[in-house]
Amino acid sequence: MLNNGDIILSVKDLHVKFSLRGKVLNAIRGISLDLHKGESLAIVGESGSGKSVFTKNFIGLLDKNGWVDSGEILYYGMDPEHPVDLAKYKTEEQWQTIRGKEVAMVMQDPMTSLNPLKTIGWQIEEALKLHQGLKGEAASKKAVEILQDVGIPEAERRAKQYPHEFSGGMRQRVVIAIAMACNPQILICDEPTTALDVTIQAQILQLIRNLKEKYGLTTIYITHDLGVVANVADRIAVMYAGDIVEVGTCEEVFYDPRHPYTWALLSSLPQLGIKGNDLYAIKGTPPNLFNVIRGDAFAPRNPRALKIDFEHRPPYFDVSPTHKARTWLLDPRAPKVDPPEIIRHIRNIHVGGVEE
Amino acid sequence: MIDYKGREVLCSVRNMEVTFGKGRKAFVAVKGVNFDIYKGETFGLVGESGSGKTTIGRAIIRINPISAGEVLFKGERISGKISKEMDKMVTQKIQMIFQDPMASLNERAKVDYIVSEGLMNVHPDMKKEEREERVSQALSDVGLLPEFATRFPHEFSGGQRQRIGIARALIMEPEFIIADEPISALDVSIRAQVLNLMSKLQKERGLTYLFIAHDLSVMRFITDRIAVIHKGVIVELAETEKLYAHPLHPYTQALLSAIPMPDPDNEKKKVVKVYDPSVHHYENDPPRWIEIEEGHFIMANGEEEAKYREILKK
Repeated sequence: MLNNGDIILSVKDLHVKFSLRGKVLNAIRGISLDLHKGESLAIVGESGSGKSVFTKNFIGLLDKNGWVDSGEILYYGMDPEHPVDLAKYKTEEQWQTIRGKEVAMVMQDPMTSLNPLKTIGWQIEEALKLHQGLKGEAASKKAVEILQDVGIPEAERRAKQYPHEFSGGMRQRVVIAIAMACNPQILICDEPTTALDVTIQAQILQLIRNLKEKYGLTTIYITHDLGVVANVADRIAVMYAGDIVEVGTCEEVFYDPRHPYTWALLSSLPQLGIKGNDLYAIKGTPPNLFNVIRGDAFAPRNPRALKIDFEHRPPYFDVSPTHKARTWLLDPRAPKVDPPEIIRHIRNIHVGGVEE
Repeated sequence: MIDYKGREVLCSVRNMEVTFGKGRKAFVAVKGVNFDIYKGETFGLVGESGSGKTTIGRAIIRINPISAGEVLFKGERISGKISKEMDKMVTQKIQMIFQDPMASLNERAKVDYIVSEGLMNVHPDMKKEEREERVSQALSDVGLLPEFATRFPHEFSGGQRQRIGIARALIMEPEFIIADEPISALDVSIRAQVLNLMSKLQKERGLTYLFIAHDLSVMRFITDRIAVIHKGVIVELAETEKLYAHPLHPYTQALLSAIPMPDPDNEKKKVVKVYDPSVHHYENDPPRWIEIEEGHFIMANGEEEAKYREILKK
């Protein structure tokens, strides 16, 4: 499934900072990540962990007070031999060559991301005209085709309607249609189903997966709910306080998680909770990113933290070629620390009771 | 009020109908809804947006007037025209927790005022010291520091704000709390904190909850019984475990199949069912609200009833 030769986007030691009320906030603290062509990556983290900020760098949508402090974002999509460094892009003209055509984004709330004064057809045609150079009749024909593609019935009639005539789920389909109209290589979905019902959520996830397979899209899926990504993601990156603390294939992260933060996220899911018992709740709040963080950012909230976690930042330790985690627990010198019971239980079922 | 099985019914909804608008524009949002909520239980109401689940909650607490049927609280009617004393009793005994803690707190008021506003209405002659005492008690009950009383809502995180919303309900010493999607707007880790707090308070004070949500995964964890609502009609009602084990109505099955599970192997094999109302043949044989097995109610016509009984026998 994963072919290491086909890297489409490669992030190297990325640091992003924001200036807020005269202070500097370290939003992204040294992330390195490779994105493979055709894969679907889920980025999971609490609000404020920097997951949106991280992906906004790929499309030039960082807020005005934010900047890339150091690091590279190499994009191989246009010319595999000569990647471009998106971290050096400054002007709108430069971004126009990337935004939409190469990387497109679906935002969280379909209620606010459409123009209420224009018909659905017009809004899709706008993207077609800009990015594919289609005109008039051809553009409107293509728009209807795309609407059919994202599963909107009676596309021809619906194209003449306005956003208020669509339900939430249908609007999200339209937003996806607009993103697809640009014919992108990478589709970033930022919490695409948070504002939607469970049944609609399942349909939208299905749609994104179908489009990915049909067009060979690379998708990045951002969410705070680890529970929803099991069926969309090939790989999962868990973010905490502006850093990726664990990354692995979907099975590795769900069945054999290694970082205490991933343990905590999984154990707080009500799907896994036992009725009558308390759910596991992560104590405290995420660290203040205005301050310099020493050691493992999760240590203050981690009941199993080691002494070294408060002093030195852990490097990545490889669990398997595709699975790595930033925690001292994986260091050969670390004492044996047992994960919470739920995690041990899952691991026993799926990894066949292999304990180290 | 005690029902025939000897359980104490706290709140009971009889043939509730809620209509918005008048004449030709009238829209019936909720029709023919029947259920009892027992004292001390957590009763769940699940449905998609627009299904009328929030409307039912709001109708119980008298925010939306009902156009037919009645609501009984401890055996007394609280819907329609009621006396001033009754109205005051309802305001005190039934409280509501709202969905979005970012939108449901007055931005210009301090926490002290937000939490004690209800007290001022019900006990206008309460002394200032006593009121402050009650506020700090309510705040510490929900795990906030009493010092927070002098702060403004914008100084708090989402989870803390939802706790303020809960403190505001608790200070009235209610018996019945209607929680309308109390955790939908919160992060996963904060969700767990709020859910734990709610169940702790329930154990300590014998509270009864009506828990309204669209998220079935949370519902299974927290509720004792669940009613599934579709387009203003309750289609199935049963004990939570029974409903999850043997969902009978096709809509319930569709809802359950859509729950995302944190298990990649199962997720990749799973088939999401889509509810198609045309599977029912209600033209000649309209559905009725029947008790198909003990405590398990369903909306079905004669043909479906026979089919469901067949399934249950297995």
